[in-house]
Amino acid sequence: MSSENILVKLDKVGLKQNNKWLVKGVTLQVGKGKIVTLIGPNGSGKSTTAKIALGIYKNIDGNVEKYTNKVGYVPQKISIDWTLPLRVNDFMLLTENLKDDEINKALSLTGVEHLKNKNLGTLSGGEFQRVLLARAISKQPDLLVLDEPVQGVDFTGEIALYELIKDISDKLNCGILLISHDLHTVMSATDHVVCLNGHVCCSGSPKDVARNNEYKALFGEQASQTLSLYEHKHDHTHDHDGEIKKN
Amino acid sequence: MFDDFFIRALVAGIGVAIVTGPLGCFVVWRRLSYFGDTLAHSALLGVTLAYSFQFNIAFSVFLISSLIALILIKLQKRTNLPGDALLGLLAHSSLAVGLVVIGFLTFIRFDIMGLLFGDILAVNVTDLLIIWLGGGLILLVLKIIWKPLFASTVNYELAEAEGLNPDRAKAVFTILMAALIAISIKMVGLLLITGMLIIPAAMARNVSDSPFKMVLFSIIGGLLSVLIGLFSSLEFNTPSGPSIIAAALFLFILSLFRIKQSIQLKN
Repeated sequence: MSSENILVKLDKVGLKQNNKWLVKGVTLQVGKGKIVTLIGPNGSGKSTTAKIALGIYKNIDGNVEKYTNKVGYVPQKISIDWTLPLRVNDFMLLTENLKDDEINKALSLTGVEHLKNKNLGTLSGGEFQRVLLARAISKQPDLLVLDEPVQGVDFTGEIALYELIKDISDKLNCGILLISHDLHTVMSATDHVVCLNGHVCCSGSPKDVARNNEYKALFGEQASQTLSLYEHKHDHTHDHDGEIKKN
Repeated sequence: MFDDFFIRALVAGIGVAIVTGPLGCFVVWRRLSYFGDTLAHSALLGVTLAYSFQFNIAFSVFLISSLIALILIKLQKRTNLPGDALLGLLAHSSLAVGLVVIGFLTFIRFDIMGLLFGDILAVNVTDLLIIWLGGGLILLVLKIIWKPLFASTVNYELAEAEGLNPDRAKAVFTILMAALIAISIKMVGLLLITGMLIIPAAMARNVSDSPFKMVLFSIIGGLLSVLIGLFSSLEFNTPSGPSIIAAALFLFILSLFRIKQSIQLKN
């Protein structure tokens, strides 16, 4: 990858909290138009690595170089205090001054345009997740960091949203750092997989990682087969009402 | 026609209410009411210093409140004590030290009641200038830091990740709080200023569904409190600062009926 296409670069970064390394020696980079997926068991430092890439943690080891300020972030956990009256529309405007039609477009892409004037506190988990994703893509960022972006979304919606993410990466030519544990739905779109367990266990193309022994040790033989199994195509999709759409 | 002092009191009260409206919303959203209290308590020390060294009161209060805010941040980093314990420590010790200093300054006659509960009827033209110019400046700065401050109030990590520099916004907001207390101390006094911040904002929360509306209703609530409070203090000869806060409480109670209604509508 030529250097001007790199959006963010982590060089042997680590974070120590209360004398314990949360992650250590992580090296990775995200380039324009590329999707890099972080996988790993619970507590393996996926979210921490994402936050390091975003510059949220200050006292880190190693080096982070970020080449863009247009960043969209979907955090894994977000606790919003309901003493604050906040509608979806206000939330969309949180970090960026968007025009009304830009807001509508982003919301309709993730299928939640009808929630625009709803209070954020009244949304279901899946609806809120779609709003989070819409907010992150609405500003047309160079770099998207998505930490479990489809948690709580129903299964068909999940696939549709991953396809949308892939679409966005192609259309905006933005780089995506994706964290997910739904290995089989993620893998088809991913360019590069980094398998974490406190450190980088292995990395490479999805196929390489699936064949890697450390990966098998971490996730079991079955996961490895799931990965290879995924290489097939659906001949149809469903729209929001469940109607069949031929591809 | 009204006496001159009453007009001045009205103009001062209106100026303060316009500033406490939006700042009060942030105090409620960010759970800073005890922090506001601490800064206000420390203002007494500022007032005594102003008398001792012939400073301007607002300026001296601003300095001391900022200093206390700074000490608080240092203590939070250096000790393992919880935030509310540190706030209590600073609030009461600065109040006590202020009162002790007053004890030494026997050559000056202090109006302690005026300091604690405000003496809006004694506001002079210089005070009005300080309130309106200072207040205008506070609102201008708040407008500049609005986006990062609001975004980090909703979610700190989102604001930080998307490059809004929330730490700077928070530091600036602390200074704005100190400045607000400095310009309004004479009006409602150091024991009641936090009420002026919180009660209209709390009332506004009950009747609004967006941040913008909450700020707007908070300002309106503050203005109404000042008007009702001052006129009733004139009518019933009650102390003006407490009358304003009591009026704010009255509006808050009214707003509770609105909530009850909207809950009933939902069911």
